[in-house]
Amino acid sequence: MGLRNFFDRIEPNFTKGGKYEKYFPIYEMIESFIYTPKTVTTAAPHARSYVDMKRIMTYVVIATIPCILFGMWNTGYQANSAIAAMGPDAATGWRIGILQAFGISQDPSSWFANFSHGFLYFLPIYLTTLIVGGIWEVIFATVRGHEVNEGFLVTSMLYTLIMPATAPLWQVALGISFGVVIGKEVFGGTGKNFLNPALVGRAFLYFAYPASMSGDTVWTPVDGFSGATALSVSASEGYQQLAANGLTWWDSFFGFMQGSFGETSTLACLIGLAFLLTTRIANYRLILGCLAGTIGFSLLLNLIGSDSNPMFSMPFYWHIVVGGYAFGMVFMVTEPVSASHTNLGRYIYGALIGVMVVLIRVINPAFPEGMMLAILFGNVFAPLIDYFVVQANIKRRARRHV
Amino acid sequence: MSQTRREMLVDPLVDNNPITLQVLGICSALAVTSSLQVAFVMTLAVTFVTAFASMFISLLRNQIPGSIRIIVQMVIIASLVILVDQILKAYAFQISKTLSVFVGLIITNCIVMGRAEAFAMKNPPVASFIDGIGNGLGYGLILMLVGFFRELFGSGSLFGVTILETVNNGGWYVPNGMLLLPPSAFFIIGLLIWGFRTWKPAQVEDREYKIQTVEAH
Repeated sequence: MGLRNFFDRIEPNFTKGGKYEKYFPIYEMIESFIYTPKTVTTAAPHARSYVDMKRIMTYVVIATIPCILFGMWNTGYQANSAIAAMGPDAATGWRIGILQAFGISQDPSSWFANFSHGFLYFLPIYLTTLIVGGIWEVIFATVRGHEVNEGFLVTSMLYTLIMPATAPLWQVALGISFGVVIGKEVFGGTGKNFLNPALVGRAFLYFAYPASMSGDTVWTPVDGFSGATALSVSASEGYQQLAANGLTWWDSFFGFMQGSFGETSTLACLIGLAFLLTTRIANYRLILGCLAGTIGFSLLLNLIGSDSNPMFSMPFYWHIVVGGYAFGMVFMVTEPVSASHTNLGRYIYGALIGVMVVLIRVINPAFPEGMMLAILFGNVFAPLIDYFVVQANIKRRARRHV
Repeated sequence: MSQTRREMLVDPLVDNNPITLQVLGICSALAVTSSLQVAFVMTLAVTFVTAFASMFISLLRNQIPGSIRIIVQMVIIASLVILVDQILKAYAFQISKTLSVFVGLIITNCIVMGRAEAFAMKNPPVASFIDGIGNGLGYGLILMLVGFFRELFGSGSLFGVTILETVNNGGWYVPNGMLLLPPSAFFIIGLLIWGFRTWKPAQVEDREYKIQTVEAH
């Protein structure tokens, strides 16, 4: 236990009255990252549970692993396929240089070539997110005297997974700064954020630099490549044309299509969901509400129909597998802090998001994808939903004792 | 009188700023700050209206019956706003088109009404006039600060003069499109309030509740 002794020896320097008292959050961050946090409850009730915040956050990161692995492979696969179609001249940039130095070809049929190519896109974005966001976290923790906790690992991972592979790193840095500072720290840090910080950062970039966050050229990192996403094809020609563009429902379900790193594969998200539901980190009511909202509202729109807008006829089973729906539902709708906290409220909150996604995708021509905006919209309404649920319960119980 | 003339003029700039402390006049601060030129004209217009409205209302303050005072104040403010609107249309047509309805909406700007109710109804004309100028400038200061950030980082220029050459014109700067949208002014005003209150902690409001500490190490 040499390391434990080391921590015990240097700890007095950081606690009250020590030499480096100001830097306690940094000491605490490293110590609690390696060992179990020593936090204990001081106010009643003293329920004992091993599910502390560190464990919850770690579980969420674990749940994203299928998405991360698949995302790396798929990014490389999309890039390599585009290079194969456009000829070797399209293969430019330092990543190709590194791959060729190691003798890795740009062959879309080799899983290793795809994976390593995608890895070289994922890594810089993830490192930028961790470093820039981490610096903000530590600054705020030191000045305000709260802890740096594992919540940031979740935020940074989710944020990276919803970035397109071509995102310039300075924009990535700007987005995570905005997400961490405006989305979380100004409200008091982890657990007090009413919006999802990763989505706040993504939304900032979406409105600030729309050219590098949406469109036909940003998803596949090959210069000169342009390919419509499933949602933009559906919006312009109707979902029936997706098959003509070489995308079957199963392709879409498994995730063999363009998109941000983690969002393409519904299957990978569902594996993560199964883990989150088994460990009871995610609340199933949120998922049920969200699915019910989407299915109900898209059936209604199918029934109404439209001659000029082909999105009206898009069935719910397509809505669920395209765009960021699955990823958003599994990892962002279920985020416990920004969601509703009452059980009935969770159904309503989920359904509100489910309806809003379809509404934005189908009826608003300006935004082809609606998951991000729908979740942020839901976040804003969550406290209101809780308020009405609680008031309704108070009224119901008051009626019992007239 | 407890305040000197100088205080009346300087106080509303930082210590009692109509936007950052009293949180009035936010609506137009969002709408007209995407370029400095427009923000500057708006500042002049609001300062003019606030100062003269306060002065005229103060002149009439002993004649205005309490029950219809708001209507009388509105008549005075509205006349001044129409005057400003006509002058802008005659001499600065382009800017008046950009400002569009927001010149007319000076009537509903809470700062003008607020100063009329809170100050001009109780104070002599000269003091009211100075108070109006001070508050107009306090409003203008924030407008110009917000406009500075929005125009510089949103379109790479100041007063229409290019400072940061944008990518579309062959430069290096990628303009931040969000700053051209009105909601971005919310963020900038929020950050300004944060800055002001860190600088002058007396402006920080009391907490409405306290979160109980339930954890310890």
